[in-house]
Amino acid sequence: MSKLQKFFPALSLAVFVAAWQGAAWVLDSNLLPSPVTVAGVFWLELLSGQLTYHLGSTLIRLIVSFAVAMLLGSAIGLALGRNKNLNAFFDNWLVIFLNIPALVTIILCYVWFGLSEASAILAVVINKLPNVIVTIREGARTLDQDLLDMARCYRLSRINTLKHVIWPQLHPFMMSATRSGLALIWKIILIVELLGRNNGVGFQLHLYFQLFDVASILAYSIAFVIVIQGIEHTILKPLDKQSQRWRR
Amino acid sequence: MAQVSDIQIEVRQKVYPAAGQAAPHAAIQDFKLTLHAGEFVCLVGPSGCGKTTLLNIVADLDQDYDGEIRIARQQARPKIGYIFQNPRLLPWRTVRQNIELVLQGRDATETVDFLLETMQLTRFQHVYPERLSLGMSRRVAIIRAFAIDPELLLMDEPFVSLDPPTARQVRELLLELWRKRPHTVLFVTHDLREAIALADRLIFLSPSPMSIVGDIRVTIPRDLRQDENEIEAFRRQLLDGAPHIKQLL
Repeated sequence: MSKLQKFFPALSLAVFVAAWQGAAWVLDSNLLPSPVTVAGVFWLELLSGQLTYHLGSTLIRLIVSFAVAMLLGSAIGLALGRNKNLNAFFDNWLVIFLNIPALVTIILCYVWFGLSEASAILAVVINKLPNVIVTIREGARTLDQDLLDMARCYRLSRINTLKHVIWPQLHPFMMSATRSGLALIWKIILIVELLGRNNGVGFQLHLYFQLFDVASILAYSIAFVIVIQGIEHTILKPLDKQSQRWRR
Repeated sequence: MAQVSDIQIEVRQKVYPAAGQAAPHAAIQDFKLTLHAGEFVCLVGPSGCGKTTLLNIVADLDQDYDGEIRIARQQARPKIGYIFQNPRLLPWRTVRQNIELVLQGRDATETVDFLLETMQLTRFQHVYPERLSLGMSRRVAIIRAFAIDPELLLMDEPFVSLDPPTARQVRELLLELWRKRPHTVLFVTHDLREAIALADRLIFLSPSPMSIVGDIRVTIPRDLRQDENEIEAFRRQLLDGAPHIKQLL
């Protein structure tokens, strides 16, 4: 990577902000507030504690639903990938769940189970689960049978086989499911909060939509993007690097 | 070291079921072999005769057959170390970690150190398999198999696709290790010279459905096995005296 290329990410971000500032200056409208205005709103919301409270509520929902969807999806995906009969039986179910619009599951969960936290989490999990299952199922199908035979021949325990033989092979698929999962889940959570919760970023966006307050909408959106980027750079990328250290 | 006993292998029949256009076919028929404790036995047969199938049955990787594998006078299956054609090392674990994995938490630091030293791999114990040559990877696979102190060692053409000098070096290291830890070995090859250089006993196999067509003891003293002329003389004598074996090879 050349010296110039190192500055590309910062440079492209600066160009984006400058273009936004320029467009806001030309339009001169409340519908497109300038980055400076949005930064001001961001700062005020942060000082008042509103931003951290609502962001925190959304993050807790994200962590819980993400963990449940990943754990459940990985187990089911692995089972379907390794068992042809099971896969043949449940394949149609998967196709159905993959194609149900997120909005429908959210509404049905609220109608059937009430406007509760559990319903909100369940709705997010149901939306994310099929994607995790499909990704892990593909990974499980590509597991190296030679290595599994080696593990069996040397009588490795199930736990050791899972941990040392299967898991490292599934890792790229897990990372793919994690990244696409985070991107999908936080978008669904916002709708879940918009429709049936009284806190969270989605709830706030709904409130500011009713007030036509675009600056606040953008401030909350940016806060969430910063959090997701933080997760990517402080957790996912180091994890990726650690697990790939054996490659040349 | 595990207490060694004779091992009995009996495969009355192994049939591969029909697949697509291919009809079912018997891979092994009436195969019965007793391996004496500490004996180095080479299975020699033409390609595709069912040697790997037999090893997979013995290793319990293939359970769809009629027969039984057991330690003599016991019902238990023997503890097996298997050296596959492809070393089958886990690329995300270092050499040492690959060996330690099959020990499953058992503290065998001294054993692993000894095996690494004998196979001249101490320097590479913290290296990932991708950085090893094929010959070195094969040596790691040999160490892994010896590390569990097996009652039976299976080796499926472990020197195939190595260049002759490397194959010779790995073979000598294997023999050195086996002299120090004389486990019962079942070694598959289609190279008669290699088999004579290694084995106490040669078992000749027919083409599919595989059965035993010859069981010959190698009479060359072990300290003369380095001599290519001795090996060649034994080979000629063997083939001249058994034309039915000559036809197979």
